[in-house]
Amino acid sequence: MSTLEHKLTKTTETVFTAEFHSLDGNGLEKAKKYADRLSGWFDGVNATDNTAAHAHVSNVATAIAMKQLGLEPILQVVCRDKNRLAQQADIMGASMFGVENFLALTGDDVTAGDETEARRVFDLDGPQLVRLMSTIKRGEYMSGRKIDPAPHMFIGAVENPGAPPFEYRVQRVAKKYASGAKFLQLQICYHQDRLEKFCAGVRDAGLAGKIAIIPTIVLIKGARPLNFMHNNVAGIDVPADQIARVEKAADPAEEAYLQTLEFAQHALAQPAVRGLHITDFRNDETLERLMTDLGRVRQSITSEVKDNHAYSA
Amino acid sequence: MTTFIATIEHVVKGPVWGCQDCGQCVLHSTGMTCPMNCPKTLRNGPCGGVRENGHCEVNPEMKCVWLKAYDRTQGWPLPLAWKEEYNHLRPPVDNRLKGTSSWKNFFTKRDRWTPAGWKNTTDESIEVGHN
Repeated sequence: MSTLEHKLTKTTETVFTAEFHSLDGNGLEKAKKYADRLSGWFDGVNATDNTAAHAHVSNVATAIAMKQLGLEPILQVVCRDKNRLAQQADIMGASMFGVENFLALTGDDVTAGDETEARRVFDLDGPQLVRLMSTIKRGEYMSGRKIDPAPHMFIGAVENPGAPPFEYRVQRVAKKYASGAKFLQLQICYHQDRLEKFCAGVRDAGLAGKIAIIPTIVLIKGARPLNFMHNNVAGIDVPADQIARVEKAADPAEEAYLQTLEFAQHALAQPAVRGLHITDFRNDETLERLMTDLGRVRQSITSEVKDNHAYSA
Repeated sequence: MTTFIATIEHVVKGPVWGCQDCGQCVLHSTGMTCPMNCPKTLRNGPCGGVRENGHCEVNPEMKCVWLKAYDRTQGWPLPLAWKEEYNHLRPPVDNRLKGTSSWKNFFTKRDRWTPAGWKNTTDESIEVGHN
């Protein structure tokens, strides 16, 4: 059982997950650098799958490298680039190397990337992919062909509490829960009222305690990333007053940090929330500060733990 | 005859609903809004990229297909049984049916075929509360 699954299903501890940076050239060397920075802080780290529709080192290769480096990977699988056959192959391939956490996403459209001429696949959609993962966990491919033994899997999905239709988003959570998702990472949401309503909706639907809600927090150095997200990332709206607050501050970096901390504490106080997902724009300085301010103590990763993690099924 | 039925269906449903001839029509359960018009052909609700104005991530000029489907399911006087199906988990598209008549596939129950691994292990029509 993965640490993430153990903590979420057997304890009431708050969990922290993060996003591994995409790898390109010099991948293994860079992976080591990222792993050193993240290790000891997180219960699971996303091995991303062509983020924002840009080609990178594959999700499966990244996840295997992370395991070798002592991090617990969460394998992202998106629907944009591969059909159901290739998705099943990736899940089984990662599972062969001991990956246990899986995250199903619909994925950004190809138009969000730098090869917009590419064919979009979307053979399955997000909820169908969650169900496919449940099928594999049960010991079958989609065709019904047996997988013996069935891989051990802990399945998650994503949702955006900040994009319309707001009232319908909770029903999507119910659908993903019914398909087998046990945790749900949320898209970053700069509207606290929307996150509050979303989490209250999950609670009112009787899903608190059944699916772990993990809101996302982004570490930023100033107002630029806020403007970038607001203008360039579909589904993220940053209110003008939140941007102005950082832009007009005497020390924008400090104000950006305080804003992030405030959003993190607010998110952790919502019903059904079991942890936080931390992403950043390679902002090295404030990760440790944020984790410490949130009461997290860094676990030391010994070589023994690394050996146990690497390739353990 | 089969081609004839498919042609009639295409002529009727094409201009009215933007039918994409998937051969496994779910219009009744999506507020009479064809999900195959979503650029990502999502059959189970909107993605996370819906813009602040409710428009599509891919085509900013177009209202999100799933917002339309949601509004119509809530607001249109459709049969209750159809509305209840809105939250069902629709199975993956059977690509073999592309271009065939969904009317024929409905009456022969061909459109209800799913792969053996697509079993229900939990309650997929779970009722949820509102905010």
